[in-house]
Amino acid sequence: MRINISQKKVRDQFVAKVEELSGQKILACYQCGKCSAGCPAVSEMDILPNQVIRYIQLGLKDELLKSNSYWVCASCLTCNARCPKGIKIAEVMEGVRQILLRKRKDRIHIPKLTDKQKEEVPQIALISSFRKYTS
Amino acid sequence: MKISYYPGCTLKANAKNFEDSALCSLKQLGLEVEELRRWNCCGTVYSLATDDLIHHIAPIRNLIFSKEAKSEALMTLCAMCYNTLKRANERIKKSRDDRDIINRFMDAEGLAYEGDVKVLHLLELLRDEIKFENVAKKVVKPLKNLKVASYYGCLLVRPKEIGLDDVENPRVLENLMTALGADPVDFPYKTECCASYQTVDNPGIVAERTYRILTSAQRAGADVVSVSCPLCAFNLDNRQKETVNLYSDFKKMPILYFTQLLGIALGCPEEALRFDLHGVDPKPALKQKGLL
Ligand code: SF4
Ligand code: SF4
Repeated sequence: MRINISQKKVRDQFVAKVEELSGQKILACYQCGKCSAGCPAVSEMDILPNQVIRYIQLGLKDELLKSNSYWVCASCLTCNARCPKGIKIAEVMEGVRQILLRKRKDRIHIPKLTDKQKEEVPQIALISSFRKYTS
Repeated sequence: MKISYYPGCTLKANAKNFEDSALCSLKQLGLEVEELRRWNCCGTVYSLATDDLIHHIAPIRNLIFSKEAKSEALMTLCAMCYNTLKRANERIKKSRDDRDIINRFMDAEGLAYEGDVKVLHLLELLRDEIKFENVAKKVVKPLKNLKVASYYGCLLVRPKEIGLDDVENPRVLENLMTALGADPVDFPYKTECCASYQTVDNPGIVAERTYRILTSAQRAGADVVSVSCPLCAFNLDNRQKETVNLYSDFKKMPILYFTQLLGIALGCPEEALRFDLHGVDPKPALKQKGLL
């Protein structure tokens, strides 16, 4: 994949917004890959958690938003517990989700869920899913 | 210490087996807890965004209700409720600004809240207040020869600041099982995520996780897996249907709440253990060990 990097992208307000919503300093990451090594959801992710951080460092907003990784993240907090730089990757994922959700770009649409989907799972699954995936 | 009990939504429905077995066990131990007269859903997940205060209102409101009931602590059984309530509580303890905004928002409650109610999980109550050695003294039916793999999942132990045991290698559930006379088995997937809320729109990933977690427990020799979260329970138990479709070598196994095992050991009647609410019937495995 060909990636264009520019100062304009790096200084884009997207990067600042992710930092603000997550409370994390994205540049602190030195790309060791520990977060991805322990992540239970990587088999379903287009790009790995450390790559999510890298894309944000480089201001690759469009490329990042095209991936499914921040939606597939299950907020299990394993990466947070293990990052040697103390970065809370799960918070970064939440920041990216929030940027979209606050523009009403929801991941799931409740009316489109089938009765079977709604009936078979417990309340706790529905509420947590709606909290993470709808605005 | 006066303790209020917060059930949370799922314990009144799908996870009735969790609630009934826990309340019966507490009774056998001579401890009464009173359910909060008024409570609401805690929201299930703690918002990880810096500014999302509105999502901390629900857990804090429950803590206000506890304070109104003059309780020093609020006890939960569900790992997700525990995590959400405790994190929200810690947040407003630390941040005066957040506390003021939240209190102003809920001025109709007529009580300023400062984070002064303690959030407690049943496991902490058993370990730190009642103590496992006293639980062991009340055992009438030891869980002899039952090999139990204890699954913690994420939210009992992470993040470290609020977790109730070591973040990478918790032992509290195993220690409880030892007190009940069972054989705890250790397995490397005990704190690995079950894929949580993905179960609604992506059950395949949950089935995949279930395969990894349960085959790991089976390799360690477990007869049953015990859990402390209704979402983990649903994913590991009910999603085994999908797991079988994905992996032909997969053998189903029973998933129980740790309180059901506690209840058996303390002599609770079968009506309080509600084995009818399981995807995979745990009775054959328990009968085989002479526990039913
Ligand atoms: S573990 Fe931390 S430092 Fe290492 S790649 Fe992940 S975010 Fe960066
Ligand atoms: S919180 Fe998300 S990114 Fe981090 S390990 Fe868990 S699933 Fe992976």
